[in-house]
Amino acid sequence: MSKSTATHATQRNRPLSPHLQVYRLIPTMLMSIMHRITGGALYFGMLLIAWWLIAASTSEEWFANAQWILGSWVGILVLIGFSWALFFHLLGGLRHLLWDTGYAMEKHTATMLARATMAGSFILTALLWGVISFVAA
Amino acid sequence: MVEITLPKNSRIKQGKTWPKPEGATNLREYKIYRWSPDDGENPRIDTYYVDMDDCGPMVLDALLWIKNKIDPTLTLRRSCREGICGSCAMNIDGTNTLACTKGADDISGAVKVYPLPHMPVVKDLVPDLTVPYAQLSSIQPWLQTVSPEPAKEWRQSHEDRAKLDGLYECILCFCCQTSCPSYWWNGERYLGPAVLLQAYRWLIDSRDEATGERLDNLEDPFRLYRCHTIMNCTQACPKGLNPAKAIAEIKKMMVERRV
Repeated sequence: MSKSTATHATQRNRPLSPHLQVYRLIPTMLMSIMHRITGGALYFGMLLIAWWLIAASTSEEWFANAQWILGSWVGILVLIGFSWALFFHLLGGLRHLLWDTGYAMEKHTATMLARATMAGSFILTALLWGVISFVAA
Repeated sequence: MVEITLPKNSRIKQGKTWPKPEGATNLREYKIYRWSPDDGENPRIDTYYVDMDDCGPMVLDALLWIKNKIDPTLTLRRSCREGICGSCAMNIDGTNTLACTKGADDISGAVKVYPLPHMPVVKDLVPDLTVPYAQLSSIQPWLQTVSPEPAKEWRQSHEDRAKLDGLYECILCFCCQTSCPSYWWNGERYLGPAVLLQAYRWLIDSRDEATGERLDNLEDPFRLYRCHTIMNCTQACPKGLNPAKAIAEIKKMMVERRV
């Protein structure tokens, strides 16, 4: 390839072809992105647990406040989201563990596994909150 | 680094809609990425209408039909038109594949055609593949031995030969390489699925005697371990190969040689 100044000027101006903007969001790719997002969300979930434990060890009044906030509909919504993120990340972790051994990596098997992870996270969250509301009632 | 948006000079502008061919009744809409180094403009999407009664079934047929009958400036690579040379790799309908083996019938709505993702564009659908080629040469994709050369050929059992199936068929079209988000964000340092599949092809070749050195060369947080099993490579490969699995096997070899 010629290395003239003109070539260098053109190379500098070359546009970058579109990537995320045009790539179709396929199940395996979506699961990978969601795995990262839920992983990040779990950090905040841990802060929530830490705050609740600190409140419990501080005073009866603080604990009552924490319980009131977590028991409000906003609090319950956050907890449902937290538990879903936990199940999602857990199942995703198991999927990655399986893939690390080299199994279930064929094109269609991988897609099926990605779909199963998504469905599984919803089912487990529903089961958990079913049990919680049964116990609470 | 993750980038959500494109650099300023790469943002896509509204392009031109070319007139429909006269008298045609069976039309197919094509939206194609265009960029020329000669006019200083940003990339744009041009819309063309292809007369399917006058054109072959594959996306490549339509691209050449457009080039021959509507717009001779449309620029693309192609050679064999039967999925063995890898030249016409591009992003069609949101996924990387070969234009010559992708049937337009498999796509609903307008056919959207872009160059391979996250690559510098030379012109229109032609990406600059200098970096992936340099990465391929960095893994030294040839037989390396220390034993004295045999009088005839290097012998291999049927079982050992079978280990190369699913690897030797790679045509280096770089559909997988440029489908990988990890390669998009770390393409300078991560070798990418196509190059790692080639690396594995030599790692498990029973005749090759440089396995240790090859693994040493890959033992790096970026070169190998930027693979996060996103699986876009395996989903994209137009030859039905499995680069993600090849990479998983390399990672296993790394562990096995330590225990």
